[in-house]
Amino acid sequence: MTPIRPQHGDVGRLIVNGIELIAEPSGVLWWPATATLIVADLHFEKGSSFARRGVHLPPYDTAATLARLAAAIGPKIRRIICLGDSFHDGKGPASLSFDDAMALARLVNTHEWIWLTGNHDTALPRSLGGQIVTDALRLNGLTFQHQAGDTPVGEVSGHYHPKSHIDVQGRRLSGMCFIHDERRIILPSFGAYTGGLHIDSPPIRALFPTRYRVDLMIRGRLVRREFVPQIAS
Amino acid sequence: MPLDALPSSLAQWFASRRWTLHPHQRAMIEAAQAGQSVLLTAPTGGGKTLAGFLPSLIELAQNPPPSLHTLYISPLKALAVDIHRNLGAPIEELKLPIRLETRTGDTPAARRQRQREDPPHMLMTTPESLALMLSHQDADKTFGSLRAVIIDEVHALAGGKRGDLLALGLARLAKLAPEARHVGLSATIAWPDELAAWIGSGGKKVHRIAGDEGPLPQVTMLEPGEELPWAGHMGLHALGEVYRKIGQHQTTLVFVNTRAQAELVFQELWKHNEANLPIALHHGSLVVEQRRKVEAAMAAGKLRAVVATSSLDLGIDWGAVDLVIQIGAPKGVSRLTQRVGRANHRLDTPSEALLVPANRFEALECRAALGAIAARELDGEKPRPGGLDVLAQHVLGMACAAPFTADAMYAEVTSAAPYAALPRNDFDDVLSYVETGGYALQAYDQWRHLFRDSLGQYHIVSPQVARRYRMNIGTIVEAAMLRVRIRGGKVIGEVEENFALGLRNGDTFLFAGQILAFDRIQGMELWASRAKGKKEPKIPSYDGGKLPLSTHLAERVRGLLQQPRSWKDLPPPVRDWLKAQKQRSLLPDRKGLLVETFPRGSYHYLVAYGFEGRPAHQTLGMLLTRRMERAGLKPLGFVATDYVLAIWSLEPARDIDQLFAQDMLGDDLEEWMAESSMLRRSFRNVAVIAGLIERRLPGHEKNRRQVTFNSDLIYDVLRRHQPDHILLRATNADAATGLTDIRRLGLMLARIKGHITHRALDRVSPLAVPILLEIGRETVYGSAIDALIDKADVDELLREAAPD
Repeated sequence: MTPIRPQHGDVGRLIVNGIELIAEPSGVLWWPATATLIVADLHFEKGSSFARRGVHLPPYDTAATLARLAAAIGPKIRRIICLGDSFHDGKGPASLSFDDAMALARLVNTHEWIWLTGNHDTALPRSLGGQIVTDALRLNGLTFQHQAGDTPVGEVSGHYHPKSHIDVQGRRLSGMCFIHDERRIILPSFGAYTGGLHIDSPPIRALFPTRYRVDLMIRGRLVRREFVPQIAS
Repeated sequence: MPLDALPSSLAQWFASRRWTLHPHQRAMIEAAQAGQSVLLTAPTGGGKTLAGFLPSLIELAQNPPPSLHTLYISPLKALAVDIHRNLGAPIEELKLPIRLETRTGDTPAARRQRQREDPPHMLMTTPESLALMLSHQDADKTFGSLRAVIIDEVHALAGGKRGDLLALGLARLAKLAPEARHVGLSATIAWPDELAAWIGSGGKKVHRIAGDEGPLPQVTMLEPGEELPWAGHMGLHALGEVYRKIGQHQTTLVFVNTRAQAELVFQELWKHNEANLPIALHHGSLVVEQRRKVEAAMAAGKLRAVVATSSLDLGIDWGAVDLVIQIGAPKGVSRLTQRVGRANHRLDTPSEALLVPANRFEALECRAALGAIAARELDGEKPRPGGLDVLAQHVLGMACAAPFTADAMYAEVTSAAPYAALPRNDFDDVLSYVETGGYALQAYDQWRHLFRDSLGQYHIVSPQVARRYRMNIGTIVEAAMLRVRIRGGKVIGEVEENFALGLRNGDTFLFAGQILAFDRIQGMELWASRAKGKKEPKIPSYDGGKLPLSTHLAERVRGLLQQPRSWKDLPPPVRDWLKAQKQRSLLPDRKGLLVETFPRGSYHYLVAYGFEGRPAHQTLGMLLTRRMERAGLKPLGFVATDYVLAIWSLEPARDIDQLFAQDMLGDDLEEWMAESSMLRRSFRNVAVIAGLIERRLPGHEKNRRQVTFNSDLIYDVLRRHQPDHILLRATNADAATGLTDIRRLGLMLARIKGHITHRALDRVSPLAVPILLEIGRETVYGSAIDALIDKADVDELLREAAPD
């Protein structure tokens, strides 16, 4: 058996551009001051997208993602921001099953819902409800966009599906993760069929040149790790 | 035996080499003349392969038809090539008008095409290449003229997933070529009836021919002194003696149980190698060219010893080997018998072999194995029912070849022995899986792979489906591996990705007999350079290859423990150890289960002597710790070996009968299976074999790392939303044996009910010392290194364990 580090009371609490945010073990980000929940890379209908190309993945991914999302939205949440790639491809919204479409509509209609578009879902139909934003969204000191890059401070994004690992007694436990410093945060992907990109890979490392922190999702908990860049010899 | 059964040219060739016809070779010729299918069992070196081919040579020498006559299928590419070479000699010398070719994954596309249009008389191939050929629309033309199908080393194929695929292929061949005889060549095995039925897949009646068993092999156990280790599996303590034996013999095969052990033993042997004897290394993770080089040097008599894993269990005839050494526990009698048979590949002289136990329990196991060999006993599990994932792959392949109705296909697959008892329901579910994924939610009707015509025949919807099938053929799914490249450009083999990811800059590791320094990981490659310095290298571990102790040997070990009179054959330190145990506690009995509990330091220990093999003990450990957790006993960890399970906790375990109650195989098992990494690995294999996850997609090459990740996501979603899906059923069936061995655990729990003997001790017992020494070594990469055991710790434990 592998001991899991006890979850510290403050794990998940973080500050970006002076604003307090809370990373949740489910993979969503909570912004208490504005009762906002932020989620990235839902990739709805990835299963049917693969089926069209000849691979019959189990068609339950959208239902599974929706159920987890519904569970993550607490009663205090008024606004939801989806950081893009909410659908795996352009045919996604039309491929939703009746039940999944109804479940999604229930969530969208009971909150202030903002869809950012991503590289997988460059255009979204109005019929989804909520507000569709194709550009960066600025809100009380934070900038929300699909892919990190050009905001000086206060950037909240997804796209990269960051993942990381810890070694515990010789065993490697990997999971999706949040990665952040004082200037920006990248959220883990939330979709049931989304894989990850390790935070040591160059595209992610380039975004965090100095000290950064990682909140790693392991078996329903968050484990925080700090990274300080080593001086090149 | 006179040569009059042979045509004159062959008879002369036999006579020119002073060969005579073995009785079983003659029997094979007679069976062929009567048109009978046969299973020939004989030990290695009995001229088995020649016996299989003789009837075909006789027929072809007299009257060669312009078409394919004999198909030869072997589990190893190298074996197909080797047989091609061996058989080529008489055909060439006698100028027989027979064309002989091989067809494997390495055969160039142009030659494959030519072979389909203008087939040779004899074709040597592998199960995977056969499946590929059978999926072509002209398979009926290619194979219609067949007269004989020869399957070599059947014992290595039947019972596994490759065997399932081949049995289904045999059923199809029987339909395409009703007149062809099926011929199986096998080592002597414990379940000849089942094997004969397997050969007969497709509805053939199979006659059995047994070769002469030959003299009993001369097997001894290395008499260890006091240095026989308490724990560990490497056997390094005995290498000085092993080296001496190598020096006394012409050519020695040194078998070990894992690749990590092979690396370590090889490295250590060379430290003893003052005479610079040519000693080589052979295991499955080395590049093929390197392995071929070693095999060729061996065949040419240029090597004095080869340290090898099961990669040398099969195939190639070495001729000159005069000693086999098995380092570490033999694990099973049949496997040991086959390994021992590698020495003296001739029938008339006994093989010579030496067993080297790596610890005290292994000494018991070696002793038990010696008894079994002397009694000519064999073991090994009977073939289990065929895998549903393999069936799915085959059904799609058959749809690529020709349209079929469900009824006809069901009749055909149930004529294959592994699927003889397949319920129609399961077949229909597999068919539905192949069509649309087999989901309760009818979501993919518009993207089906098969369509049904008005006659109820299934067709593939497009050539693309066939193309994808052909890229994913086969049942061997490798763990995610990284190629190891030496700075300067050369790839020397592969290590598991998990091992590679654990390496840090400057770490050194032992691979291909050299110490390498980790440089970096680039794409699917690990870059390394030859290391200088003395840092202790890590040793790559590999998932596969760790066979559990066979039920049969376990039975014999328990018998040995219960008969103090038989201890006189045991090494003195082992005898003393058992006597001390008898004095301080009890010896495990034949039927029940001995459980000891005792405090040590700030922990309480529970030690169960199950002798059911490591996989079953590990599953038991998972389930018991869950139960102890719920009971508030605060379990902290467990460790399992082939013989023993030990759990430590903050509170002492009570009510042992209740703890081991059979109902742990209910909800606890379900819950554990949902998150078990072993089940996830099994699911990944199943998903790849069934074609849900592709090895490669035409167009975009997918790397193997992605395959691993995606299959976990699918597993989670599928378990939650459709737990009875065909792929999960296939995964659960795999879990019954293999990595989790739930079947064997279930049998044990049933057997021990009411027969558990609990000894509450005040301190550790002598028999528990080895397992306590395993604690903390398990998860270290290098679990491997015996030297890790803290000497002080051993002494301390022994003092505690000593009788009053």
